[in-house]
Amino acid sequence: MSQKAEFEAFLKKMEDMVAFAKAQFGFPILIDPRTGIVMWYDQRELKVKFIISVDKVRKFFEALREGKLLATKCKSTGRILFPPQADCPDDPKSEVEWIELPTEGELITWTIINVKPYSFSHYPDYIVGIARLPAVNINVLAWVKCKDPSKLKQGMKVKITVEKREPEGYLTYQIVPVEEC
Amino acid sequence: MGNAGGWSSEALVPVVVNEYSGLTGKGAFRVEAACATGSAAIKAAADAVASGVADIALVVGVEKMNESPTPIVVEFIGRAGNYFWEFENFGLTFPGYYALYATYYMQKYGVKEEDLCEVAVKNHYYGSLNPKAQFQRRITVEECMKSRYIAWPLKLYDCSPITDGAAAVILASEELATKITDSPVWIEAIGVSTGTANLSKREDYDGLKAARIAAQEAYKRAKLDPENIVKQIDVADVHDCFTIAEIMAYEDLGFAKRGEGVKLIREKQTYVGGLIPVNVDGGLKAKGHPIGATGVSMAVEMTKQLLGKAESGRQVTVKNGRGLAHNVGGTGHYCYVTIYSLSKPKG
Repeated sequence: MSQKAEFEAFLKKMEDMVAFAKAQFGFPILIDPRTGIVMWYDQRELKVKFIISVDKVRKFFEALREGKLLATKCKSTGRILFPPQADCPDDPKSEVEWIELPTEGELITWTIINVKPYSFSHYPDYIVGIARLPAVNINVLAWVKCKDPSKLKQGMKVKITVEKREPEGYLTYQIVPVEEC
Repeated sequence: MGNAGGWSSEALVPVVVNEYSGLTGKGAFRVEAACATGSAAIKAAADAVASGVADIALVVGVEKMNESPTPIVVEFIGRAGNYFWEFENFGLTFPGYYALYATYYMQKYGVKEEDLCEVAVKNHYYGSLNPKAQFQRRITVEECMKSRYIAWPLKLYDCSPITDGAAAVILASEELATKITDSPVWIEAIGVSTGTANLSKREDYDGLKAARIAAQEAYKRAKLDPENIVKQIDVADVHDCFTIAEIMAYEDLGFAKRGEGVKLIREKQTYVGGLIPVNVDGGLKAKGHPIGATGVSMAVEMTKQLLGKAESGRQVTVKNGRGLAHNVGGTGHYCYVTIYSLSKPKG
């Protein structure tokens, strides 16, 4: 059972207990089994979804569609910014230009997310890693594509590739070890 | 008022607390700096008193994390980094962020999961001696090693819990403080810093740069020798949201050289009677980590220790009259290092 299904089963159980309490006592009351504390089960619910402007970095997404990973570069200082940003932090007057990042890197560190946030609870355990791209001295944080995490090693060669994230069905980037993993 | 919120129902916590405590009419505001919220609230109040704007200030840290179910709390804390680039696409969690540091540190310095568990064993031991700790039960390395992975290589016993909690301190001017108490504790210095929102933009993953900067700033302001800090303080509370975080804190604060923090726990040098007792209140790990209250509870603990009022078995020997609180927000996104002292700061 996915963590999402487990969580939803847990919530359903709580809803059933609250429905019983309302019918029996007239209130949405629960007793916390650990502490014995009387709890009011909120009768209001808020769903939150943000609508985020990405207008200043739209080129990043246009290039991702062509399989390329872009960063921005400060024209005056030469500093490369990834994730890309449209303004140069060291020189507010400087303009940035878009550059394509090399795809070759090495794995610096990684973790396996076993206990997931609610909005990721429909996925099986996933690996998040950080790869360094030595040619530009930039780090990329992304999911690592690997079936056997015991094969992951600090310093191993990796490539950054574009993948379609399912089931949501949108393009993003991932870290892929060069050797079978 | 230090309160991170999100997972709890009340939005205007300061006015709710004022009304409940009979303080309606007094000025109040909410301060937020992720897990360093409590220390940020103390800094706001300390600055107001030190500048003469206020004669007295009440700092309350409070968090009610159990108002939301665990997966929702995991979601809220996971969003405490760079939301769009690191959460939206890659679903990092708070244990996950620190696990990235743990993997790096362990690979670089040959540290084992058992070493991390030693931190949990110590902090649960002191939790058992602190009646206000969330976890009162001692654990063994074996139990810790058997616990399930939350974010590999971090296991359940490497992680601080989800906690409801509150703590409060009163800060007052010298003139007023001497009327209230004959044993005031001074804030000698506060060092503050931030780290990048994106973890990918960090230079290294074996320590928190924000913590190193905040520590150096605090030591400079308190006129302490950063090369010999353990000889100038008696006790420290460090931000052990995860076991790896305590080991990195030893190094970031200068208790040990880079890569050698693990030796302190292996040699039990951070127990009472060791080189520098750390988290002898149980730390975040066993005392609990009610986000907005944690930094304030560190101030309460430093006060208790310096005044010799800690429970038997966990009271340190006070020679220098000085304690240190290290409070990190997020994963080195914020850091506050606060030096508490029995003596009035010089100059």
